[in-house]
Amino acid sequence: MTEMPTKKPVCVVIGASHAGVNFAFALRKEGWEGEILLYDADPELPYHRPPLSKTYLSNDDGLDKNRLQAAERYNKEQIVLKLGETVVSMDGQAKHIVLADGGIQPYDKLVLATGARPFMPPIRGIDQAKNLFPLRTAADVAHIREVLRLGTSKEVVIIGGGYIGLETAASLRKLGASVTVLEREERVLARVTAPEMSAFFNDLHAAHGVKVFTSKNVVAIEPHGEANEVHCSDGTVYKADLIVVGVGIVVNKELAQQAGLTIDNGIRVDASARTSDESIFAIGDCTYHYNPHYGRYVRLESVQNAVDQAKVAAAAIAGKEPVYDTLPWFWSDQYDVKLQMVGLSQGYNQVLVRKEAENPNSFSVWYFLDEVLLAVDAVNQAKAYVLGTKLIKGGQRIDKTQLADPTVDFKLANLLSESI
Amino acid sequence: MAQITFITNDNQTITLEGTAGSVMALAVENGVSGIDGDCGGVCSCATCHVHVAPEDMHKTGPASEIETDMLELDDNANEYSRLCCQIEISGALDGIVLTVAN
Ligand SMILES: Cc1cc2nc3c(=O)[nH]c(=O)nc-3n(C[C@H](O)[C@H](O)[C@H](O)COP(=O)(O)OP(=O)(O)OC[C@H]3O[C@@H](n4cnc5c(N)ncnc54)[C@H](O)[C@@H]3O)c2cc1C
Ligand code: FES
Repeated sequence: MTEMPTKKPVCVVIGASHAGVNFAFALRKEGWEGEILLYDADPELPYHRPPLSKTYLSNDDGLDKNRLQAAERYNKEQIVLKLGETVVSMDGQAKHIVLADGGIQPYDKLVLATGARPFMPPIRGIDQAKNLFPLRTAADVAHIREVLRLGTSKEVVIIGGGYIGLETAASLRKLGASVTVLEREERVLARVTAPEMSAFFNDLHAAHGVKVFTSKNVVAIEPHGEANEVHCSDGTVYKADLIVVGVGIVVNKELAQQAGLTIDNGIRVDASARTSDESIFAIGDCTYHYNPHYGRYVRLESVQNAVDQAKVAAAAIAGKEPVYDTLPWFWSDQYDVKLQMVGLSQGYNQVLVRKEAENPNSFSVWYFLDEVLLAVDAVNQAKAYVLGTKLIKGGQRIDKTQLADPTVDFKLANLLSESI
Repeated sequence: MAQITFITNDNQTITLEGTAGSVMALAVENGVSGIDGDCGGVCSCATCHVHVAPEDMHKTGPASEIETDMLELDDNANEYSRLCCQIEISGALDGIVLTVAN
């Protein structure tokens, strides 16, 4: 009797960004001996996304300084990068994916790390606008920089006052552009923070010469010579040589949808990042997953979520039974201000602000639901971020009076309520 | 140019040569286990924690205020702890020994 050589199992990953790349390396670390194939439509060697709106935009320090992993590391770990290749469909029954050129790649395990793409709002004339870009990829940044390099006048309109819009505003100011931010809500960062934080960032940008306008609903973009005119519903018009759109994202869920996987506000996965098909996992921005700490399903857009879920999926594929239960965290850098956030503030009914006596630019916002601390936003105050992390994890009752009093030394022991 | 030695948790000793950039970037480029650098080096993730050999502490100087605060997230932190994305490579580091904290 001749023994058949056992074929090595194949793990196919769609999406080679924070989630996909971290997953591939984590899977090797878990001891997976099969093949790992990492597909991405983006032809660039995978890079960090957060700097795109921050230092990579303002300093142009080179994409090579911002790679997720050096090229040799993929070779060394035998992770095969298939860059510039788009996956057009997948078949969970036949267990294969189909590429744009018609090629078919079978898999034993499939990981969807397809992330998200920018949402382009239905504004009249948006498709014909000159020099209008979202900001999600290295190519987007290259386009933006090129317009600024070539143009004599540098009037920029940013549509959307969320993190990406505001970070982009800060970076483009550094490059000497004249920047206007148009936000549809009554305040910037309305979706993600308390009014106190919105006010701080509004003033910060104003102090750096950014014109921030809120309650501005952009309804049309019209050509104006070599530039554009951006029209708002209240009749105001802004000239723009360059327009950057940062109004949110759309999850890349079409492949999963078409393959019949369960979809909610993203691709639904269980605590080990498994989809409704037991050979298919999903990780990162594209997932809708349960957060045990908050007792509900969430969809997150953060490096933390991408990296931690990647590790969970790798452990699950290696036969362990991991549970994804990390407390979410996030950061944003604008000018010389560092914002760090921990937890999920949604559903809060009370906000406490702690201002540090010695430094007015250093403060933190604490979100409570009654006595339960949900989240902390810390501005130039890593200590608040760290204490917040510990207190949310620990679930202890907090003495709010002590917390809000800047003369009380900022220490864990001082913030705990004496009553049990 | 500086020779930098990392001792990882699985007791591997890796000596690398660096000329510029951060110690974290050098470690990630060479796959030093336990240095992840998830935030890309902006002091936001604390996944680049090392213990500097006591006799080498003068080469790096102590951690900055934000670093010290962030290090408190790790039970493993002590007076020799640094987030190595905050250490720039220069000749001054030559011969330094760093023990990866996690
Ligand atoms: C400008 C900017 C700034 C940010 N700043 C921060 C920050 O400061 N802190 C923070 O925590 N997070 C930040 N984020 C969010 C963070 O970058 C994302 O959460 C993270 O990139 C998610 O990783 P992911 O791998 O899940 O998805 P993505 O990064 O979206 O990657 C998905 C990949 O899948 C590929 N893909 C999708 N479909 C296909 C297909 N069919 N075939 C082939 N390839 C496909 C895409 O090309 C893409 O490369 C920022 C994001 C942006 C855009
Ligand atoms: S790399 Fe994130 S803190 Fe050093």
